[in-house]
Amino acid sequence: MIGATPLAGYLLVAALLFAIGLAGALTRRNAILVLIGIELMLNAANLNLIAFWRYGPHPEALTGMMFAIFSIAVAAAEAAVGLGLVISIYRHTNTAELDKISRMKG
Amino acid sequence: MWRAKGVEGSAVVLFAARFGTHDPWRDARKDGRLLSPIFYILAVLTLAGGLASVTLKHLVHCALAVTVAFAGLALLFLQLDAQFAGFAQILVYIGAVVILIVFAILLTRGSDLPKEGVFSKTWPVGLLIAAAVFAVLGWAVLQSVRAVPQQAAVPAVTVRDIGIALVGRYVLPLEIVALLLTAATIGAVIVAMHEKVRSR
Amino acid sequence: MAGKLDQIFILLRDWLAHFLPAALRPAAEVVLGVIAIVCVFPGLFALTTVFERKGLGRIQNRLGPNRVGPFGLFQPVADGIKALIKEDIVPFSANAGVHFLAPLVLVVTVFMGFAVLPMGRNMVLVNMDSGLLFYFAMGAATELSVFMAGWSSRNKYSLLGAMRAVAQMISYEVVLLLSAVSVVMISGTLSLPAIVASQNTYSGIWPHWYIFTPWGLAAFVMYAIAGTAETNRSPFDLPEGESELVAGYHTEYSGFKFALFFLGEYLAMFSISGLGTTLFLGGWSAPFSFLTLIPSWIWFFGKVMVSIFVFIWMRGTLPRLRQDQLMNFAWKFVLPFTLLDLLVTALWRFMGEGWARWVVCTVILVAAYAVMGCLGLSRKDIGPRSYRYAE
Repeated sequence: MIGATPLAGYLLVAALLFAIGLAGALTRRNAILVLIGIELMLNAANLNLIAFWRYGPHPEALTGMMFAIFSIAVAAAEAAVGLGLVISIYRHTNTAELDKISRMKG
Repeated sequence: MWRAKGVEGSAVVLFAARFGTHDPWRDARKDGRLLSPIFYILAVLTLAGGLASVTLKHLVHCALAVTVAFAGLALLFLQLDAQFAGFAQILVYIGAVVILIVFAILLTRGSDLPKEGVFSKTWPVGLLIAAAVFAVLGWAVLQSVRAVPQQAAVPAVTVRDIGIALVGRYVLPLEIVALLLTAATIGAVIVAMHEKVRSR
Repeated sequence: MAGKLDQIFILLRDWLAHFLPAALRPAAEVVLGVIAIVCVFPGLFALTTVFERKGLGRIQNRLGPNRVGPFGLFQPVADGIKALIKEDIVPFSANAGVHFLAPLVLVVTVFMGFAVLPMGRNMVLVNMDSGLLFYFAMGAATELSVFMAGWSSRNKYSLLGAMRAVAQMISYEVVLLLSAVSVVMISGTLSLPAIVASQNTYSGIWPHWYIFTPWGLAAFVMYAIAGTAETNRSPFDLPEGESELVAGYHTEYSGFKFALFFLGEYLAMFSISGLGTTLFLGGWSAPFSFLTLIPSWIWFFGKVMVSIFVFIWMRGTLPRLRQDQLMNFAWKFVLPFTLLDLLVTALWRFMGEGWARWVVCTVILVAAYAVMGCLGLSRKDIGPRSYRYAE
């Protein structure tokens, strides 16, 4: 099967997914959807890493896969902290919409 | 480039006609002119899931659509022979991150749709920026198609190799990630904890 | 002869696949394996429903169902017909798509878990290098379907039941994974057939199952507790307790969809028992070396049915835990104990053969259990029971 799909295919899918995630993070009102957009961007970067690992000159060095696994772990931690922040802000201001949380004064 | 590919393609055809059954699909795949159908399906699934997750109105639908996107990505990892990364993706993202997102949606009353609509006032600018980013990335990928290798042998990666790498070459990142996860766990608990009611 | 009986299903599959051309044979073998799993485990599910109702009945000093067929053995047929001909009611304000998909996602992910269990010698559907990780990935996906069911019903009790079930499942999933990790540490592989092969040795007549080691026994007990909580079985069945939450996340499901949830729950029970058998009870290996004449698949299914019997026994005997009690139990007792067990497993491995490691590991585990148990008990304000009588 490999050799059937060129590396460019995977890179284009990753680029498109990244752009979709970025569009979601920049255009939606709700804070949680911004976090979903960020997760999509991280996932697109992971796909890039794994694709380069697979098609690279030394796949037995496992660099790309290790990087992707650490990225998955860090992204999960970041999602946890980010969502904790969103919940905490909701408790304080009773809204999760970013347009309404535009003032620095608490 | 296409002429070179044509020469290579016809060479493959001649080789195949001499030594194996003539299979036009296989030769087209070796050319890179026809992508694997599984890759097409998975790519469409992932991109559709991602697109649905940023455009749907109801938050829980968005969370379920992003689950589809994560599942599509996990299957793409499996197609790239990265089984450990694929299963870790399912376990961590679908098994934990999506559940976290869903809990956050439920705890912040995401079911109440805002009156002014779900997209912010400055949505055209955001869309333009995303399109520009995709244009730059896509141009960079297509420009460098010649430079990257097109075929690779299947790497024999066992879990044992990953384990040895994790405690050998990558032990420092492993320990740092462990510290980071501990800090993130404690931080998330403290950030989301109810403040103690102080009586004044 | 014993070898042939042991491999009878493999021989049957190969014989059936020979009717097809050589190019299709691998696909045909896999399809036949899938058909076998899809037929055997729901059949076992039907048997288990009768087994459970009779068993619970006897524990509660009554007979179970005994009208449909001899000793009530055709009861699942009657239940199946009832479930299939019932009207499928979907609430008006429910989210129809997600409501429809939730039981499907549950059953599909639970069936996927069976693909990596070695049910006999050479009888594993997919021999994956990271089979255990695949199994846990499928288990994690199960939680999503529980949430989908509860949320899509637009019912406060369903949502509450779903949130409680998901919270319980994610808490105990950590315990499940960590207790499996101690087995992985000793056997050095994530591949389930290799884990069974490393337990399939005998010293004299005694088998080298991991449950017969101190760390293995502790890990098995933690695994059993976590497995009971993962499948929402009593005493951890608050999310589906009738007296608290109507029926929890499957309140609004009727007819075939409810049958699918029921099937999914029992299949998850089989799946977790199968994995526990593989990890701790030696999988398909015989208990004593002179019993290897009996086919391996009989041993595997026998051990799974014994586990199911213990599940049923626990359901009939133990009272239900409250939500805060079970969460406290998970995070404050089971998880620290499992982490300690990981340490003890590492000690076991690095201390080398001999009686010293048995003594050290046992002492550490028993002392920790005593200390944590006493700490746990002393913090609660449990005094002598006081009664108030009506005047």
